[in-house]
Amino acid sequence: MQQQELIPHLFRTEYRKIIAVLCRQFGMEQIEVAEDIASQTFLTASETWGIKGLPENPTAWLYVAAKNKAKDHLKRNDLFQKKIAPQIKNSSSSELQETDIDLSEKNIQDSQLQMMFAVCHPSISSESQIGLALRILCGFGIEEIANAFLSNKETIGKRLTRAKEKLKLEKVKIEFPGENEISNRLENVLTTLYLLFNEGYYSAAKDKVVRKELCLEAMRLAHLLTENENTDLPQVNALLSLMCFHASRLEARTNDDGEIILYKDQNTDLWNKELIRQGEYFLNTAAKGNKLSKYHLEAAIAYRHTQKEDTVEKWETILQLYNHLLQIQYSPAAALNRAYAISKARSKNEAIKEAEKLDLTGNHLYYSLLADLYTNIDDEKALHHFQQALLLSKSAADKKLISENIRHLKMK
Amino acid sequence: MKEFVMLFRNDYNPASMPSPEQMQHMMKQWMDWMGGIAAQNKLANQGIRLGNAGKTVKPDNVVTDGPYAEIKESVGGFIVVRAASIEEAAEMAKGCPILKVGGNVELRDIVEINMLS
Repeated sequence: MQQQELIPHLFRTEYRKIIAVLCRQFGMEQIEVAEDIASQTFLTASETWGIKGLPENPTAWLYVAAKNKAKDHLKRNDLFQKKIAPQIKNSSSSELQETDIDLSEKNIQDSQLQMMFAVCHPSISSESQIGLALRILCGFGIEEIANAFLSNKETIGKRLTRAKEKLKLEKVKIEFPGENEISNRLENVLTTLYLLFNEGYYSAAKDKVVRKELCLEAMRLAHLLTENENTDLPQVNALLSLMCFHASRLEARTNDDGEIILYKDQNTDLWNKELIRQGEYFLNTAAKGNKLSKYHLEAAIAYRHTQKEDTVEKWETILQLYNHLLQIQYSPAAALNRAYAISKARSKNEAIKEAEKLDLTGNHLYYSLLADLYTNIDDEKALHHFQQALLLSKSAADKKLISENIRHLKMK
Repeated sequence: MKEFVMLFRNDYNPASMPSPEQMQHMMKQWMDWMGGIAAQNKLANQGIRLGNAGKTVKPDNVVTDGPYAEIKESVGGFIVVRAASIEEAAEMAKGCPILKVGGNVELRDIVEINMLS
C-alpha cells in the first residue's frame, strides 16, 4: 500500500484503538487530551514518514509514538505531577516513568468495550451517543459525521462538545458495568448500535459509501460485544443477526444514483448470501435463554425476508411476528408493516380495515401504504392517498418514488 | 388517553379439551386481536394469562383446593388498554376472540392511588 493510502487506512483502523486505550487510562475528564494525542500521533506519522519513508511496521510505530506522546503529556501535566502522581506512587510505589500505556490487543478490546458503555450513557441524547460512538469508537472525522447526519461541521462539533461535557459532569466512569447493571446498560448500547445501523440503512444521505460504512461500523461494534463473554448475550446475537440480514440487501436496495429500490422490485441475485448465512448463525446463537427481545423478533422477521418465495405461509409467519413485536414495543413502522403483512397473508380488504384504524396521519408512509392497498380496489382513493403522501414526504427520493406511482396509476 | 383493564371471563369446563389445531387457531385469533390493539399504540400492558390450578384462602385458615369442577365466568386473564373513553375501550373489546367461545370481557377503569392525599 502506498503511503497516501496507508495513512487514511491506518487512521480508520488504529485511531479508534489508540483513543479508546488513552481515554480509559486518563479517564473521561481528560477525553480531549486523549483525542489530541491520538490526532497528533497521526500528524507526526505523516510528517516523519513523508521524510524518512515508511517504517517497517507502521502500526507498531504508531503505538510507540502514541505511548511516548502520552508519557510526555503525563510528565508535563501539572495536575498529574501534584495530585495523581503521588497517589500512584503511594498505591503501587511505582515510579512515574513506569506508567505504561498498554496497547496490547486485549487491552485495546477491553478499552473499546468499556468506552462503548461510557459513550452510550443515558445522560446524553441518542443523537449524541451515535455521534460520539462514530468519533471515538469508529474514528470518524467531524466532517464525515456531519455528512452522515446531513448536518454541518459546526453543529456536530458543538453537539459532541456538549455531550463530552455532560459525560464529565455526570462523572461517567470508563469501566465494565457491574453484573447487576449490565443488562440495563447493555440495552442502551444495543439501542445506540441499532440506531447507528438504521442511520446508515435508512438515511436520506445519497452517498452510498457513507451509508454502507455506517452499517458496517454498527456491525463491527456488535461483533465486538459478541467476542466478550460478559456481553455475548442472546439479545446481542439477535441484533447482530438482524443487521446481517438487512445488510445482505445493501447492494440490491439502491440503484447507482442512490435511489431506493423497493423490496418487491429488488434483483435477488444481488442479495449477499454470505451475510444471510452469518445472520442465520447469529440467530441460532441468539436462541438461548428464556428472554425474547424485540431484536429476536425483528431478526426473525428479517430472516423471512431473505427467503425469495412469496408464499401466504411466509407472510402469515411475518404477520404473527409483527403481532408479537408490537405487543413488546410499539413503533409506527411495525404497525404499518403489520398492515402490509395482512394484505399479503389474508386480503387487501382486511388490511385496509386494520390500516385505517392507525392514527398515523402525519406520516407519508401511512398514505403510501393505504394507496398501495387501495390500488385495483378503488383507484380513485388510491390516487388521493398517493397525493397525500406526496404532500407529506420530505426527501427528494421519496417524492420521486411517489410521483412515479401516481403516473402509473393515471396511465391505467 | 385513559387506561382501562379488560378482564377476560369464561366458564371453566375441565371436560372440554381443544385439539392442538384448535389451540393454534385460537392463539392466532388472540394474537391478531392484541396485535391490532398494539398497532394502534393502545396496548398499555400485555397483562397475564391465568392457568387452571389454584387455591382459595378463606377466613379461619380455610384453604380450598383447585382446580374447580365447574366455575361460572372464571377469570382467565387481563390486559390494560389505552382509550379516550370507556366507550372506545368497549368498541375495542368487541373484537375479542373470547366472545366467539361463550366468554365475555369485563371493562374496568383504574383508580389512581394518590399517596399524598
